[in-house]
Amino acid sequence: MTAITPRVQRMTKTEKRNQLLGMLFISPWLLGFLLFALFPLVASLYYSMTNYDFIRQPQFIGLTNYTRLFTVDPDFWTVMYNTLYYVGFGVPLGIAVAFLIANLLNSNIQGRTFFRSVIYIPSIVPAVCTAMVWLFILNVQYGVINGVLKTLGVPTIPFLSSPELAKPSLILIYVWAQGTAVVIFLAALQDVPRSLYDAALVDGANAWARFWNVTVPMCTPVLLFNFIMGIISAFQDFTLPFVLTGGGPMKSTEFYVVSLYRNAFVQFSIGKASAMAWILFLIILLFSVLLFRSSARWIYYGGEK
Amino acid sequence: MTSIPQTVSTPAQVVQHPSHRSQLLLNWLTRAATYTLLALLGVTWIFPLYWMATSSLKDDPQIYTVPPVLIPDPAFWNNFGDAWTRFDFNLAAFNSVFLYSLPVTFFTLLSSMVVAYGFAKIVWRGREPLFWICIATMMLPWQVTMVPLFITFKQFGWINTYWPFVVPSLFGNAYFIFLLRQFFRSIPEELSDAARIDGADEFGILWRIVLPLSKPAIAVVLLFRFLWSWNDYLGPLIYINTEAMQPLALAIYRMRTLALSMGTTSMAYPHLMAVSTLVALPIILIFIFAQRTFIEGISTTGLKG
Repeated sequence: MTAITPRVQRMTKTEKRNQLLGMLFISPWLLGFLLFALFPLVASLYYSMTNYDFIRQPQFIGLTNYTRLFTVDPDFWTVMYNTLYYVGFGVPLGIAVAFLIANLLNSNIQGRTFFRSVIYIPSIVPAVCTAMVWLFILNVQYGVINGVLKTLGVPTIPFLSSPELAKPSLILIYVWAQGTAVVIFLAALQDVPRSLYDAALVDGANAWARFWNVTVPMCTPVLLFNFIMGIISAFQDFTLPFVLTGGGPMKSTEFYVVSLYRNAFVQFSIGKASAMAWILFLIILLFSVLLFRSSARWIYYGGEK
Repeated sequence: MTSIPQTVSTPAQVVQHPSHRSQLLLNWLTRAATYTLLALLGVTWIFPLYWMATSSLKDDPQIYTVPPVLIPDPAFWNNFGDAWTRFDFNLAAFNSVFLYSLPVTFFTLLSSMVVAYGFAKIVWRGREPLFWICIATMMLPWQVTMVPLFITFKQFGWINTYWPFVVPSLFGNAYFIFLLRQFFRSIPEELSDAARIDGADEFGILWRIVLPLSKPAIAVVLLFRFLWSWNDYLGPLIYINTEAMQPLALAIYRMRTLALSMGTTSMAYPHLMAVSTLVALPIILIFIFAQRTFIEGISTTGLKG
């Protein structure tokens, strides 16, 4: 019994010093966490249960903002549909294209660094700049694509000015800006042991079989990682839809955060915007939990290298 | 590869090695297909940026001509200067660089390094649970805390200042704390111990031992934090509402609204493309010079552009 007690009691001088020093070093983060994460998170939950417009005092109204969003709000489900459309088509397409490009880059080619740069650069250029050039390229009268169509005598395509085509056009731009995923995939592909391919070759597997039976299984961890991270970030996309289409035409590109921004800073419906923020938070939390729960799997696979 | 036509021209050989010949042909076809596909992808991916840069050099007639003008002739190099002064981009550039990007990048690095040191190099009770909380905050979407923080910062009188960006950067950033902590842990403890014996305190060890050995990780922090602040659009959109305080991203958007309302003889598109090119250029140049840092930052931690 006496052997246990010393462990519980006081620390040595060095330990005490380290305890103080450790806490001192991380204190900026802890303070920041309380001030800029925990406090606003709780405040946001409170505001989501109030009627508030920046001017008059917030009025507590319980869960009314949430029930209104889900039942009577004219735009919420449109916004949700738009966002799910964008995420649901954009992310898988982006992943597929990025993975195929990464595989091409990983094959025995000259100029890999050059091609990788060409694919990656669009994803780091300021979104406002790329939005401007796409606005121009996809313009129905002056855009280069429609310029070519006009030259060929083919009818022009109203990429951004028709409600049917605006979302697919934004998805097109989304896929174009997936350079980060390509780089992550390429790094993963370069970690796949050569010996596995050699073994498959000996077994007589052709390129197609090697792709499906070696490359894809070895990359499932990274595929999963990119997939969930892609969903999380696509849910939060703002600059591109806001600058390109401003949510239009006919609210067809009014995505979640665009609508959230408008509710908060244009309509000043703080309660409604905060409720939307919390719904977004829960959606992202759900996918984050999925990411972490699956991480055991992808860390296991990744341990091969 | 060049041996293939010869093999085809001598029937004897074909009969001798049918499988060898078809294998070579297949290899050659695969390579040709790979390069063709890569070239097509490369051209598609680079085209929007090419179009942005070349449209900057056109005059209005070249912009609106069908078929589209692929190479500007004559090229109007003074468009860059004209566009820059037309909407007083000097001021916006000053705001972007000196009020936003540089201070935020510098303070984020400084605070994240101190915190990461506390999480990596000092042993103290409660370190692990707090570190997990720190990691968990990476999943907290910025949009959730956006409204309450706005309300708070507004009460501080921080609207139309860059304090809402600079002050939080003094408290560390979870992504970079994580990245630096991982890196610090790979530095052998013996080095710190040796310094301790020589009488160095923890700050001394961080400054003289850990920091010089962590240059690659520090480069990643500097690059990505700079990139994020340079590209940030939603943040300034919320906090900055006078022209004099706008960063470049907002100035471009303001220019778009003004320029496009002025019709087809106002040099709207060339000027818009010229400023977009100039704002994107620093990022492209930084990428070209620090390519390895970028690629390492992404492939080791999944940092997004």
